[in-house]
Amino acid sequence: MSATDKKSLAERLGLKVYSGVGNAGWGRTLFAAVISFIYFFPVFWIILTAFKTHNDALAIPPKFIFSPTFENFVAVFSRAYSAGAAAQDTGFALYFFNSVFIAGTSVLLALAIGTLAAFGFSRYPLRGNDTYLFIILTTRMLPAIVVIIPIFLMFRVAGLSGTYIGVILLYTAFNLPFTIWMMKSFFDELSPDVEDAARIDGSSDRRVFFKICLPQVKAGLAATAVFGLILTWNEFLFALLLTGVDTRTVPVAMAQTIGGDIGVRWGLLAAIETLFLIPVIVVTFMLQNHLLRGVTFGTIKR
Amino acid sequence: MSTIEATNLTKTFGSFTAVRDVDMSVGEGEVVCLLGPSGCGKTTTLRMIAGLESVTEGEVKIGGRVMNKLPPEKRDIAMVFQFYALYPSVSIGGNIEMPLYHLGLSAEERRQEVARVAEILQLGEVLERLPGQLSEGEKQRAAVARAIVRDPNCFLFDEPLSRLDVEQRHSMRGQIKEVLSGLSKATVIVTHDQMEALTMANRIAIMRDGMIEQIGTPHEVFSQPRNVFVAGFIGSPKMNLLDGRLLTVKDGKATIELGADSVVFPVPAAAEALVESHLTIGIRPRALEPVDSPSERSLTGQVELIEPMGAETLVHVRDEDERDLRVVLPRERKVKPGEVLHLACDLTQTHIFDDSGLAVR
Ligand SMILES: Nc1ncnc2c1ncn2[C@@H]1O[C@H](COP(=O)(O)OP(=O)(O)OP(=O)(O)O)[C@@H](O)[C@H]1O
Ligand SMILES: [Mg+2]
Repeated sequence: MSATDKKSLAERLGLKVYSGVGNAGWGRTLFAAVISFIYFFPVFWIILTAFKTHNDALAIPPKFIFSPTFENFVAVFSRAYSAGAAAQDTGFALYFFNSVFIAGTSVLLALAIGTLAAFGFSRYPLRGNDTYLFIILTTRMLPAIVVIIPIFLMFRVAGLSGTYIGVILLYTAFNLPFTIWMMKSFFDELSPDVEDAARIDGSSDRRVFFKICLPQVKAGLAATAVFGLILTWNEFLFALLLTGVDTRTVPVAMAQTIGGDIGVRWGLLAAIETLFLIPVIVVTFMLQNHLLRGVTFGTIKR
Repeated sequence: MSTIEATNLTKTFGSFTAVRDVDMSVGEGEVVCLLGPSGCGKTTTLRMIAGLESVTEGEVKIGGRVMNKLPPEKRDIAMVFQFYALYPSVSIGGNIEMPLYHLGLSAEERRQEVARVAEILQLGEVLERLPGQLSEGEKQRAAVARAIVRDPNCFLFDEPLSRLDVEQRHSMRGQIKEVLSGLSKATVIVTHDQMEALTMANRIAIMRDGMIEQIGTPHEVFSQPRNVFVAGFIGSPKMNLLDGRLLTVKDGKATIELGADSVVFPVPAAAEALVESHLTIGIRPRALEPVDSPSERSLTGQVELIEPMGAETLVHVRDEDERDLRVVLPRERKVKPGEVLHLACDLTQTHIFDDSGLAVR
């Protein structure tokens, strides 16, 4: 058995395992660990709280040692709304589905449209190309609160309020500028010779794009998808005003969970939040090998 | 019919003219090398032939058809790029297969074709790998394999060997020449290495500043350079180019003042019109031979620097006018720095250029 066969489980799953202190030395490694801990602490605290009873969650001083419970997770999906009443479906299963469906679809749509647009901007520049790119970005320069009323009214008139199509279109439009800008910079970096070679070899534009260019910007697609996904997944304001009862997303539903007769149920909120984190973490982990190359584009030349 | 013809080919980028009035024709089975210093427009010329660059003026004909307006994929050419331009995310086998897709071959036929060229270029081992996992030499061979896998109208090579080490260059030079001679296609090879051009080409086109200075067989451009630039560019070590003044011409012999020395050369009749004018004398380093005493066709100078080149020695000799003369001597001929040499010129290898730089014939 050679050394390369002896891979740990984590490595075989594609996760990178770092051990030891590398070249940085103990001092810097410790420093980095402290900073990461400060960053990670709120997440850690949320996950911890999700396993606490209501009393443990409110305890002062905060408890680090307690007997864990799953009651919060059960309560996310079904609970009694007043003391003594029968447990009822909370609708969160649907809200989670909505979040996944809406965020997933709009990110994929934005990626599909944006990548094609970016390729166009990169390879077939218009007269005044940069102006168009700038105009595309201006749609994201206004604060959300400024655009929300006109959009709300437009959705009313068009009958898009509360529909999946409406929110998905909106989020797609929101993700597009970023996707176009990101992907254009990736396409700009590709060697033009490779495409010329493909043309000479008889490939059509479509083939050049799909077979030659797209596989080379996988890292960019991954990075753009993750950023878009995080943005859309966590979006609250537009979702609050534009989703209906059936199309509500988790952030909105979460806000509506706050309150009730026993005050803020921190354990319950933390449980929702913990479940809400899982998809983002999973996607990020799956794409992380691409991601690192994606977010450092321009600084590392192949 | 596999031919390439370029007439009055011109390319301007904005106000800059990269290629000017290039006339060139490549016959079936002929290899023409475009040779010239960096930035002289070799790649641009090749790209215009390929259709990757629009033609500002002039005409490109391939196989007798005017191609100016046709996109590259319709021109039925194969090209090897300077940096190989292999498809990074496709295996070597897939790279070689790419040109076959639009030919409507079955998967099995494609596989056979790939195997055939992989055999010729010894790529059998690496077909499964990605281009990033190959050595420079293997990448180069893969790029050639991709070009020869189908049967195009003509071949274009842009500095195909520039990234290989000296040894590989020698072997690939031979290999490419062999592969090409079996295909009998019109081929244009861009290079800035004159050895490459001299060994691979049937004809060489020497370019400078977007223009072709001379086009001819390797023998012609070496033995009858049309002007001072070609004379200085072809041949290694570089030809000695000395400024002189034509004093008299008598009975087909000219007396030329070269600084302190004065030499007597036989010259063509056309030289008579140039009496009293300035001209340039070109003498190949191998056309100078040390003699015991000065004569009317010898130059005199002091040995300055000695560079052994293996079988021969390159000696830099400085004459009284502080001019540097390069002389190649056989290894057996020992010289010492400071030694005074009388160097007789081999008159058959001496060239005379008028004051505008054109050869006097
Ligand atoms: N797209 C372009 N826009 C503007 N100028 C260009 C462009 N392509 C080439 N040039 C210019 O045209 C001239 C010729 O370039 P070309 O690439 O043909 O040179 P070359 O002979 O191939 O040189 P090298 O041996 O360095 O490859 C150069 O001065 C170059 O700067
Ligand atoms: Mg070039």
